[in-house]
Amino acid sequence: MSDSQNNSVAFVATEVIPQSPPPARETGVVKWLRENLFSSVTNGVLTVVALYLIYLVLAATLPWIFNGIWTTSSLSECREVLQGKTGACFSVLTERWHQLIYGFKYPADAYWRPNLAFVLMLVAIAPVLFFDLPRKLLLFTAVYPFIAFWLIWGGTILAPLVVFVGFVAAAVVFQKFGRSSFAVGFFGGIAVALVVWTVGGALIPDGASDNALLPAVPSRDLGGFMLNLMLGVTCVSLSIPLGIALALGRQSDMPLIKGICVVFIEFIRGVPLITLLFVASVMLAYFFPPESTVDLFLRVVIMITMFSAAYIAEVIRGGLAALPKGQYEAADSLGLDYPQAMRLIILPQALKISIPGIVNVAVGLFKDTTLVSVISMFDLVGMIRGPILASTEWNGVYWELFGFAALLFFVVCYGISQYSQWLERKLHKGH
Amino acid sequence: MKKSVVFGALTVAGLAAGAAAAGTLDDVKARGKLNCGVTTGLVGFAAPDANGEWGGFDVGICRAVAAAVLGDPKAVEFVPTTGKTRFTALASGEIDMLARNTTWTFSRDVDLKFTFVGVNYYDGQGFMVPKELGVSSAKELDGATVCIQTGTTTELNLADFFRSNNISYEPVPVETNAESQQQYLSGACDVYTTDASGLAATRATFEDPAAHILLPEIISKEPLGPLVRHGDDNWGDVVRWSLNALITAEELGVTSANIGEMAAGTNNPEVNRLLGTEGTLGEMLGLDADWAKKAIMAGGNYAELFEGNIGESTPIGLARGLNAQWTDGGLIYSPPFR
Repeated sequence: MSDSQNNSVAFVATEVIPQSPPPARETGVVKWLRENLFSSVTNGVLTVVALYLIYLVLAATLPWIFNGIWTTSSLSECREVLQGKTGACFSVLTERWHQLIYGFKYPADAYWRPNLAFVLMLVAIAPVLFFDLPRKLLLFTAVYPFIAFWLIWGGTILAPLVVFVGFVAAAVVFQKFGRSSFAVGFFGGIAVALVVWTVGGALIPDGASDNALLPAVPSRDLGGFMLNLMLGVTCVSLSIPLGIALALGRQSDMPLIKGICVVFIEFIRGVPLITLLFVASVMLAYFFPPESTVDLFLRVVIMITMFSAAYIAEVIRGGLAALPKGQYEAADSLGLDYPQAMRLIILPQALKISIPGIVNVAVGLFKDTTLVSVISMFDLVGMIRGPILASTEWNGVYWELFGFAALLFFVVCYGISQYSQWLERKLHKGH
Repeated sequence: MKKSVVFGALTVAGLAAGAAAAGTLDDVKARGKLNCGVTTGLVGFAAPDANGEWGGFDVGICRAVAAAVLGDPKAVEFVPTTGKTRFTALASGEIDMLARNTTWTFSRDVDLKFTFVGVNYYDGQGFMVPKELGVSSAKELDGATVCIQTGTTTELNLADFFRSNNISYEPVPVETNAESQQQYLSGACDVYTTDASGLAATRATFEDPAAHILLPEIISKEPLGPLVRHGDDNWGDVVRWSLNALITAEELGVTSANIGEMAAGTNNPEVNRLLGTEGTLGEMLGLDADWAKKAIMAGGNYAELFEGNIGESTPIGLARGLNAQWTDGGLIYSPPFR
């Protein structure tokens, strides 16, 4: 048998043929190119056209960037150095760097103060953004706004201290009475805080800011990208709690609360932000005597916060509406009262659904802070449009300045967007 | 009831504002600082430099008034205003005076209740075209596309000019001077029109200024000057005569360089009255006797301010033209100091 087997077949391979590499057109770069760029005639043509367009853009911008001048002191000097070649005049960024970041009136020897406040902000914001960090860090987050206020505005430390004590007193009262009756705790807390602020405010001696450890800087002297960041961070962090409250209020069964929330949201959403800013800067000046106006920065913060809170409220209302009714009923059947049900069952789920919407509003709000340049506050765009482009040295430099502003905003907004995607992945429980 | 409370509060606030505004001069002296409204930035007229110090032709007026009233040209709080916020800032008392290349018109003076105290720059609307267009007069601009800033008097002047000359044009509306510079350079419009000083300043920043010409026609009157609120004539006088002191100083040859020896006493009684060595002009205004001397020392006389900020030696390169002294054929003219 074995013989016949050997003879009946002319050839039998006795060893395994070694694996040969796949054909060149089915592997590596070639395969990728063929499948992704040249899979059909149309796609091939489109690829070539796209490559040509990219070449055109790069051919125009790269020499411009790499020939850039960084060290001259005016646009005309830039042009002398370049001798008609293409090249950017980045010197405006180096020469006006401090103005772009801090505005033109913030005292130069105090730049470390906003810098320190910025670094501390990263520390304070970390436990809010990343849940794995020790919860004790939240204590620093609670103190941070007062430290930042003192660092940036300077003046007497008593003012932020009194405000802080007022908040602490309100929190204590709320802890003590809020358990038994929410209303007593809530309004009692507000009353106590007001008393502390009035008494404390009266106790601060006149001129306490004159010889303070950190010299006082008025709000009008703030500017540059610092102002955008301050407005963005303050307004986002204030408008999220306010937005949650408005969203819950809009769903409330109590007609008065519901009515107030609906009117507020609909009114604010129906008015352009720039109108609110004009009201803040121009109209309010008519209602106050010249010496006792509310600080312009505060007015703008209030307006932007109200504006974004109305939008965030609607986003969160969407999240609340997306929850199945069974969740509410389940909370009720467990015997939870309203605050507990909201805190433990409803809001964690609703907020998770609302994350993309909230981030969308936050990014939009951050970019909207540039609108303050129309009410003559010198944020980054205000600095560029006003003082820098109006100086005899730099009149006529556009691409470099606005490109720089776009870059700064892109970095921050892209960071926010990446964080929100990370958060969504982390909170995704895989059902 | 509630309404009346609100209105009551408003009335009180209004009265307080009125009371505070009753004596601007005293307010400024008590505050130790002059609140002066300027633009958020206009080349040569007002802009902060790399160190954040304001400089410019309009800024010079603010500094002169501060020096006259407070003795210190640095005692000024510059309040930057936009075209939209400038009048409310002045009317609400946020600023004491406005020196922001503002055109003196009937309605602003009468209807908005401001007092223009004088003219520090006579401007007028002009046209700029690329040289290669081959145009030498605005009347040849039939069918041209024109870049024009919206919401300004220039827009109306333009329509009037083209209509009265029976020629047509196509407007390209733009928002700011910076934007129109880009539009004009990129060829989106054939002609750019705005105040002649602005055109000159804009052209100075071009890579090749010689490739663009300003047409000879000036189609409007734009007298620019500082202004104050109605109702405080004493303060209006202070600002008016501070400006006039600068103008008279040029006429009499008093400069910031020779003012020291002039102030020691001269044979010219008008110089002596101006500088306070004769007469009681300062006392009449409620100021020190040497108020005008301090105002002139702040930034020099009118000619020095002009040449230092917008004159022919600067990149902006404006000729004196209408803004020469009346003795040189211009319109700059101060009533006598006596």
